[in-house]
Amino acid sequence: MDILITGLLLGGTYALIAFGLNLQYGVARIMNLANGEMIVLGALAAFWIFIADAISPILTMLIVAPLSFFGNWLIYRFLLRPLVRRAKNQGQLEVDSILATFGMAFALVGVMVSIHGEYFTYSYLAEPFEILGETFALNRIVAFCFAVLIGAALWLWLYFTRAGMAVRAVSVSTEASGLVGINVPQLSAIAFALGGAVTTMGGTLISTFITLDASVGVVFTMKALIIIIMGGVGDIRGAIVAALILGLVETAVARLIDPGLTLAAAYAIFVLILLFRPQGLFGRKPS
Amino acid sequence: MTSADVKQLVWGAILLALAACVPLVANGYWMSIALTIAMFTVLSTSWALFSGPTHYISLATAAFFGVGGFLVGTGMSDYNVDYWTMVVIASLAGTVLAFLVGLATLRLSGVYFVIFTLGLAEMIRTLVSWIQNNFTGSRGLYVLTDLGEVDIYLHLVLVAAFVYLAGWWIARSRLGFAMRIIGNDETVARHVGINTAFSKVILFTFSGFVASLVGALIAPRYTYIEPNGVFSPELSFIVVIMALLGGTGRLWGPIVGVIPFALLQEYINANYSNYSTLVLGIAFLVIVYFLPQGVLGRLEQLWAKRRQSTW
Repeated sequence: MDILITGLLLGGTYALIAFGLNLQYGVARIMNLANGEMIVLGALAAFWIFIADAISPILTMLIVAPLSFFGNWLIYRFLLRPLVRRAKNQGQLEVDSILATFGMAFALVGVMVSIHGEYFTYSYLAEPFEILGETFALNRIVAFCFAVLIGAALWLWLYFTRAGMAVRAVSVSTEASGLVGINVPQLSAIAFALGGAVTTMGGTLISTFITLDASVGVVFTMKALIIIIMGGVGDIRGAIVAALILGLVETAVARLIDPGLTLAAAYAIFVLILLFRPQGLFGRKPS
Repeated sequence: MTSADVKQLVWGAILLALAACVPLVANGYWMSIALTIAMFTVLSTSWALFSGPTHYISLATAAFFGVGGFLVGTGMSDYNVDYWTMVVIASLAGTVLAFLVGLATLRLSGVYFVIFTLGLAEMIRTLVSWIQNNFTGSRGLYVLTDLGEVDIYLHLVLVAAFVYLAGWWIARSRLGFAMRIIGNDETVARHVGINTAFSKVILFTFSGFVASLVGALIAPRYTYIEPNGVFSPELSFIVVIMALLGGTGRLWGPIVGVIPFALLQEYINANYSNYSTLVLGIAFLVIVYFLPQGVLGRLEQLWAKRRQSTW
């Protein structure tokens, strides 16, 4: 029971991060491997502001989100858009964007290490909270609630507004949505920026209950990618289920076997998915 | 074999013989740099054999390299096996691992492959540490041999000769021809009857074999083997940067990137060690935005332009 709830709480935050990457990969068609570094940036901001002024990480998100949105918009506009233009086909774009975002990831790690080389240790809401007679850390629950809130807002925007519909159209087909008068480059930039902002907020939330350091980003990139592949690219429902599964499995392995094996467990899931359902949990086989 | 082919072989042999003479003139400091260069030359050249034509970015080098180094360490410290026996076992293990990874991933799209190979080294490292912590108990692995840096260097030059010869042969074989078609258009390749999965797995396995062999051969240099060291993912990235920087279009392209980048890294690590990650990042960005075909590709473009203008 304890494992179940802790796992679900963790999975909630993972789902939010995967949501961000899904927007970037599904709509803007950029496999952003600097995704984990965005998470760490969010965590670093939370840590920094908390240490300096004791401002709650939840409030920090209000500052982090617009900054990250703008930063990611700049990245897409000036670094990734030229690659999209240059690429002759999807495969070429994939290779270029993988290399470019790896470069960004390393550069960001380098910058963050020079800002703060140690662990981002701070303590926020590390108080016990009781659910069904068992105690949990309050910060995990708060983080989960905000992850759900942000995710729900994003979902409403995607499915019940005109702009959201345009974003979904681009994710279905770039060419066809261009033909019906959607400004694809502009919308891709917005989707990329929005995905980045969501990811950074996820990082701020995670930092309240997991201690990060500047170089840990790549682990989160892997997790987000595993979730997306498990859920199916562009499939939000699948990503949520996949994130919860990953959260549960990681927690179970950490509690029952050894905390050092969480990554190996995530990996085992990944291999199984690749071998048996490469189209994702709910995806249909391509004909 | 045409006369051009023979000429290439002769030139290659002369250059390798010169490389083998480096220990005669180099002192301790330069010998250690030459050893690093030799190691990365072998690693990035064999990496480019697979990734050059297919454009699959493999980040598994560290995994195979680590398997090589780690098995040599375990075999010698825990089971008292002879060094050369362990080199054979380790490179075989690396080959089998590469074959399995290739089978599992190469049917799939590029991104999945990149991600899978990226995590492979990390996963093996956590598994190995876990097994060491819980079952075997010994955490320090010693590789004690009477091989000095010069011996290791010569071994690596020999491996380099082997890799270059293999690359030379592949470029002239049906396999190499198939790889070029796969690189241009995989669908076309399938339709003309090329077994794309088989060709890719064979070359991937070869590069995995070379990486684990290098990991095993270089182990005596470090003497003390630790999982966190030999499985460091940074190695995979450096290999990719070096190969792409030089250019993967030609067999001798990667070494054009290896030498300057190895010297740059040596300089950065000695003087500004805090910035080594930043330099890696910038190197990636420079390659993508300014040198997409590598230094060699850029030079060839300039050369072609000059010839056009003089005509």
